[in-house]
Amino acid sequence: MKRIEAVIKPFKLEDVKDALAEIGITGMTVSEVKGYGRQKGHSELYRGAEYVVDFLPKIKMEMVVDDESVDQVINTIVEAARTGKIGDGKIFVSDVEKIIRIRTGETDSEAI
Amino acid sequence: MKRYFLSVLLPSFVFAEDVLSSGDTAWMLVATALVMLMTPAGLALFYGGLTRSKNVLNTIGMSLGAYAVGTLVWVLVGYSIAFGDGDIVGSGKVLLSGITSDTLKGTIPELLFVAFQGTFAAIAVAIASGSMIERVKFSTYMVFAALWIVAVYAPVAHWAWGGGTSLNFAEMDFAGGTVVHLNAGVAGFVVAMMLGRRRDYGKAAIKPFSPILVSLGAALLWFGWFGFNAGSALVADGVASSAFMVTNVAASLGVIGWIVVEWFVYKKATIVGGASGAVAGLVAITPASGSAGVEGAIIIGLIGGVLGFIGVAKLKNMFKVDDSLDAFWIHGLVGIWGSVATAIFIADYAMAENYSMASQLVNQFKAIGLTVVYSAIATAVVYFIASALTGGGRVDDESENRGLDETVHGEKALNL
Repeated sequence: MKRIEAVIKPFKLEDVKDALAEIGITGMTVSEVKGYGRQKGHSELYRGAEYVVDFLPKIKMEMVVDDESVDQVINTIVEAARTGKIGDGKIFVSDVEKIIRIRTGETDSEAI
Repeated sequence: MKRYFLSVLLPSFVFAEDVLSSGDTAWMLVATALVMLMTPAGLALFYGGLTRSKNVLNTIGMSLGAYAVGTLVWVLVGYSIAFGDGDIVGSGKVLLSGITSDTLKGTIPELLFVAFQGTFAAIAVAIASGSMIERVKFSTYMVFAALWIVAVYAPVAHWAWGGGTSLNFAEMDFAGGTVVHLNAGVAGFVVAMMLGRRRDYGKAAIKPFSPILVSLGAALLWFGWFGFNAGSALVADGVASSAFMVTNVAASLGVIGWIVVEWFVYKKATIVGGASGAVAGLVAITPASGSAGVEGAIIIGLIGGVLGFIGVAKLKNMFKVDDSLDAFWIHGLVGIWGSVATAIFIADYAMAENYSMASQLVNQFKAIGLTVVYSAIATAVVYFIASALTGGGRVDDESENRGLDETVHGEKALNL
């Protein structure tokens, strides 16, 4: 089991979610986050005072999938989230030791 | 106010046969309510939107408080000093003594005139609050507001409008370009110097809480300004209508002036800039609103907007003073421009036969000089006293960091 964390542009959330739903991903957790990579920030201007805003709003989506689905999920996210412009985001994959569904007590693959 | 016209056009005051005009009275009742709206709504939201989210309520509270305290001291002593009999200061009308509902001022009840003028005193000290926000103690500011109206606003109003002679330089100031705006701008600047800069000033980003509130506040100021300028005619006539018209034109040109220059300099036309430009245009036309024509208003408003932008975006950086919401630059600097422009752009209807622009310009500069010098010195004294009475004028560092809404008022602007 792997956890896939993807940081993407906020306006791409719906596209990515729909694409993942099509390949059978049934759940995910999404949070609004701020950060920067190579894109850096932008500047805001109030009464002639210019402020550089370093942290840009992004969406972080997290989901856990079986090992054999990892590549397909990654490809789907990359395809749906890509604009080709700087700031498209990143995907992180890591191992998951254990999963428990709280309602039933099911574990691991059954709990995904 | 009207006095300048009467003194120019008529040999002497002819109030002996005053008769109440219901038309004038009806208009002035409305005008007074319009000017009232400018302080606890217009200025409160304009300033509140420009401050940081942790200090919004404190900033709004200074406008609300200025209006409440201002109204009180105005009827207690302020009106007597400003419009009572006397040369350097007026007297004899403490607690509005001798004024009944039958007493007339021109063609309107004097009580209405008292209320109308009281709204001017209150907004003047509320304008100055913009220079002090995010660090001044609420108690200090409230004491300051009361003392300032008595010791600074009322005398300056007396010299310009209230019958003072020795210090009246025959300046043309129809609705308070010098008396209200320059006076308040200078006062704000002086207190900002004495208070010191905010801890974050020049170090951390100080971003406005809500440009939405800024634009709504500016719109309410614009709306109320019709009462401010057109109401200063004190009658419902052609001069009032002309003042209404040029006020509207100058405000629009202020918007255009500000955002066009901003576009040239930063390649952005901001909404906070447009709202600020409207206020700058309104400040600029204020002294000229009873004499300028539409052509004059176009130039006065346009340059007012441009000058406001140059003041806050460029000139301000040459000083180390944290005039937080730019009261000096938008009301003081632009107020000076308005006063100078008043002598230059005069419509035919208001042009006196033997009018000399050169000598009128000298009069304008004398009044500007007197206002700057008196306001600076007297404000410093008043602030010193207010600060001493309240145990220091500045909040402690922790309150400043956490924000005054929470630490001073125990409230938050938004509970999400």
